[in-house]
Amino acid sequence: MEMVNITINNIPLQVEKGTKIIEAAKKINIDIPHLCYHPDQRVKAHCRICSVEVVGKRRLLAACSTDVWEGMEVHTDTPIVKDTQVGILQLILADHDQNCLSCPRNQNCDLQKLCSRFNIQNPPLPNINKPQPIIDTNPSIVRDPAKCIKCGRCIRACKDVQGIAALTYANRSDKIVVTTAYNKPMEDTDCILCGQCSLVCPTGAIVEKDDTQKVLDVLLDPTKHVVVQVAPSIRVSLGDAFNLPKGALVTGQMVTALKMLGFDRVFDTNFAADLTIMEEGAEFIDRLQHGGKLPMITSCSPGWVNFIEKHYGNYIDHLSSTKSPMSIFGPVMKIYYAQKAGIDPKDMVTVSIMPCTAKKFEAARPEMKKDGTPYVDIVLTTRELTKLIKYVGLNFENLTESEFDSPHSIGSGAGAIFGNTGGVMEAALRTVYEKFTGKTLEKLEFESVRGLDGIKEATLNLEGTEVRVAVAHTLKNARTIMEQIKAGTCNYHFIEIMACPGGCIGGGGQPIGTTNAIRRERMAALYELDRKLPYRKSHENPEIIALYDEFFGKPASQKAHELLHTHYHKIKKEYEFE
Amino acid sequence: MLTAHKQDHPLAKDFTDKIDGILTAHDNDPTQIVNILLDVQDLTELHYVPEPAAYYIAQKIGVKITTIYDCLTFYSSLSEHPRAKYPIQICNSIVCRVNDSDSVFSHLKELLGIDIGEVTYDGRFTLESVPCFGACDQAPAIRINGKVYGHLDSHQKVLQLLDTFI
Amino acid sequence: MSNEIRFITKNFHEYDTSSIDSYIGIGGFKALQKAVSMDGEDIASLIAKAGVKGRGGAAYDMGRKWSQARAVPGERKVIICNADEGEPCTFKDRELISNDPFNLIESMIIAGYTVRAQDGYIYMREEYSHLRPLLQKAIHQTEAKGFLGKNILGRGFEFNIHLYSGAGAYVCGEGTALIRSIEGKAGRPRMKPPFIKQSGLFALPTCVNNVESLSIVPHLLLDEKNFYISQGSGESIGTKLVSVGGNVRHPGVFEIPFGTTVREIIYNLAGGLQDDRKLRLIQFGGASGKIANSDILDTPYTYEDLKKSGVTVGSGAILVIDDRTSVLDFLRITQEFFSHESCGQCTPCREGNLHIKLLLNKLAKGEAKHRDIDTLTKIAKIMTMSSLCGLGESAQNALLSAMRVFPETFDVGGAE
Repeated sequence: MEMVNITINNIPLQVEKGTKIIEAAKKINIDIPHLCYHPDQRVKAHCRICSVEVVGKRRLLAACSTDVWEGMEVHTDTPIVKDTQVGILQLILADHDQNCLSCPRNQNCDLQKLCSRFNIQNPPLPNINKPQPIIDTNPSIVRDPAKCIKCGRCIRACKDVQGIAALTYANRSDKIVVTTAYNKPMEDTDCILCGQCSLVCPTGAIVEKDDTQKVLDVLLDPTKHVVVQVAPSIRVSLGDAFNLPKGALVTGQMVTALKMLGFDRVFDTNFAADLTIMEEGAEFIDRLQHGGKLPMITSCSPGWVNFIEKHYGNYIDHLSSTKSPMSIFGPVMKIYYAQKAGIDPKDMVTVSIMPCTAKKFEAARPEMKKDGTPYVDIVLTTRELTKLIKYVGLNFENLTESEFDSPHSIGSGAGAIFGNTGGVMEAALRTVYEKFTGKTLEKLEFESVRGLDGIKEATLNLEGTEVRVAVAHTLKNARTIMEQIKAGTCNYHFIEIMACPGGCIGGGGQPIGTTNAIRRERMAALYELDRKLPYRKSHENPEIIALYDEFFGKPASQKAHELLHTHYHKIKKEYEFE
Repeated sequence: MLTAHKQDHPLAKDFTDKIDGILTAHDNDPTQIVNILLDVQDLTELHYVPEPAAYYIAQKIGVKITTIYDCLTFYSSLSEHPRAKYPIQICNSIVCRVNDSDSVFSHLKELLGIDIGEVTYDGRFTLESVPCFGACDQAPAIRINGKVYGHLDSHQKVLQLLDTFI
Repeated sequence: MSNEIRFITKNFHEYDTSSIDSYIGIGGFKALQKAVSMDGEDIASLIAKAGVKGRGGAAYDMGRKWSQARAVPGERKVIICNADEGEPCTFKDRELISNDPFNLIESMIIAGYTVRAQDGYIYMREEYSHLRPLLQKAIHQTEAKGFLGKNILGRGFEFNIHLYSGAGAYVCGEGTALIRSIEGKAGRPRMKPPFIKQSGLFALPTCVNNVESLSIVPHLLLDEKNFYISQGSGESIGTKLVSVGGNVRHPGVFEIPFGTTVREIIYNLAGGLQDDRKLRLIQFGGASGKIANSDILDTPYTYEDLKKSGVTVGSGAILVIDDRTSVLDFLRITQEFFSHESCGQCTPCREGNLHIKLLLNKLAKGEAKHRDIDTLTKIAKIMTMSSLCGLGESAQNALLSAMRVFPETFDVGGAE
């Protein structure tokens, strides 16, 4: 790798050719202020707050978009640089709704941090921000245009990562806005509610729908038995919000926190992930043996389900009918657990902690309800759980560790890796192999479906039957797969698709600041967890075995079909032309 | 909720046929969207791109509807709203302004009984304030459907011009 | 038109612009024939020797530009003719297109040959849509004659011209915005690098030239008597089209030899001020240009002399304002233009233009304080120093130069 010599504030350093000034400065611990810059996105250079002085240049250069060159002399601390950076911040601030104290992103906002850093007091410009209504029409995502600083990160996430492009700039000059086509509510556009926009927004302009108050209310209601389930990926992401190392496994502290919050039972969604594998595995073997629709595609990711319903509605029958771990858990809690614990389901409230904004939509789907009552009552994202923990004043880092509650306390290693792209497939293959062949799988790790590559493939030999599988994450890659299916060139038998980059560990409801580098840490942490667990195959989970023995009989039984499976529908678009 | 409502086919066949003709003339090339939209706009009596037409084009040539919407709202010569049969564009830039385009504007306002952005009751005229269209040697000038009318330095000239449209 | 100098405008009114035969009749395409007998590098150096600078505003050495474009590796390359003449008071390209469309086409083919490009795009502003049929017809006729298409003049080179319309956005005169517009997007500029010459339209090496710059080339190739280089001096060789407008008696486009004084242009060619009124200010180069007072009248119109007087050639526009308009009103009208035309994506330009508009209005109402003038200056400097593209960089040229030339405009009286 070719290296170049530069100086930043007279400090000499050597960096790789092609490094941007902003990244070079990081190496010597100088944080150049930035708002539109995001390490996983292509350069926008819109906000200009990273403007720095480069000797010999007439104008300031944007540190986010300028490559270093041999002999470059950068200054980030001269009066002109500071005047410009502070001036730009004041310009942004003057067009920002400054009700920071009641903003969902209070104390977790890039703009607020910069104001604190630059000690902004008595701004010289009049606030010209116009009051605008908050757009709050779906169960997942809330937009507050008055907080938008037009950085374009959400647009890039929606277009470049997901290939959806539900969000766009419109108009120009000071009338420019980030909006949908014709300002339609997001749910009426191509949006699939994945929430990646909310994950990259530097301010409170796009946030998850906040349901924390609902949870606080039921926790304080003595007539309610409140149970909570926690998704596989939360235990490796929750620590982020409490300044723990990235990817830190905090299962024990998390369970303690939930108990201290007042939940009556804390259950593990990893258990439900194992249940999903039991049903999905049986479903796949059935389709394989009896000429069912192939390739079968997983349906755990609600963003992905929304995508296929909206964009590939004619291919719905490829979806597995098995409910997602969250939704499969709903009836198990409200029927099986309720019976076992002697509780009237009417007095139960089921809460789920998910890495995902689209899960809020999933829980509210009519298919996931019984007589109008949802099996999962309230869905919180990782970010909302963080707020609850802060709300009750817990010193999370120092909490002792507790165990999940029986009878849903055990998750296998297969369930644990559900949070990673490729994890569902790997979990399924472990069970499918053994159920199909009756033999023991020697090597449990399917390395070829791990990692952050867009589309991964593997082949599994089931006693002479070649099974070709694929794993895709992000909807851009999902589209590639679907176009193959559409064209009849797709020769896979089984496909896992996750809407979010990296899978659930990179979900739209994860802590602000999630990047691909952090996604890798979380993925590694889940694989490490899997390696250490006593049970690593879903069908060996003793609580799963007990559940079938006591209640469902066997996978794909009639009762299982009634409660653990569902169906999906093509969604008609507002305009469709032959 | 996520279920978008289905509308009845909202475009007349002869209109989609004409749009198809325009798309063919542009080789169904999505990169030519700006010029496609200009041409489609010229098809309509009120000089705009109707929303269903935008969705139709998006689907036909594989362009995101957001790209089209961005273009429609970014470019001043494109409109997503109905304008008028004769949108009267009054130059608001410096050369016309120092040659008393304010009077042209007030004559038009008075004669048509409308302000900027309004449409006459019969849908024939609207007044639009636009930046320099390069007719500075004919200031003060206005532009109607691509044609420039310059040297409008009296009430009489404005009146005579309007008469030609009635 | 001035009848004194006709070099770039030589063909005006000499042929029927709707007929290629008529153009050929006056020697059309002879320059192309000469060009294809030359080495491309020699064409570029001929232009460089004549000292031709880009006429769009940036005044970049055109011969050097073509030479660099020729040297950039690439199987396919693109020539773009920037006919998005959007600077207020600029209408010289309109005159060139309407009076001599074939010369422009011929020049683009020569450019294609020189830099080894296969495709040429003429990006013409929507406001000139009335010229589209004329130009389109000229392109078709040129194709029919075989000067466009494959194997031009039997020299085995291929070139095609596509006419593309803008849609009402001043910012599309900026190269990257123009390219995005042709690519089917909103015309918001992008950061450089990558530079257009390496990665421009559809990521191909692209050479963008102004209409006037291109229009010079065929004449230059046939200028055996070296008329062009005999005009002007120093950095400012040859002739130049200026468009004079505002409060003058005879606004119009004039071809002048470099070195003509500003006074001669305004008083002799453009007929002086209307009603012999008093001159208030002159703005050079369009809305993004700087302004001067009457002290500049005896300055020769050259790159160097104008620069010494604090202004630039820019788009070639000369806007003359008489004493009926105040400096402040002039600035407010100019500011309205930029407040409308900023693309809105970068902060300094989007928000800066808005606040400057508000502050100028405050000043006009007599409500501005010292602190407001300081803020005005500060925002203008931030825009100049840190905007993403040339629009934001140059939007406050008028204001900043007015602060120098007309300080009294910003005198808000007594200390606070």
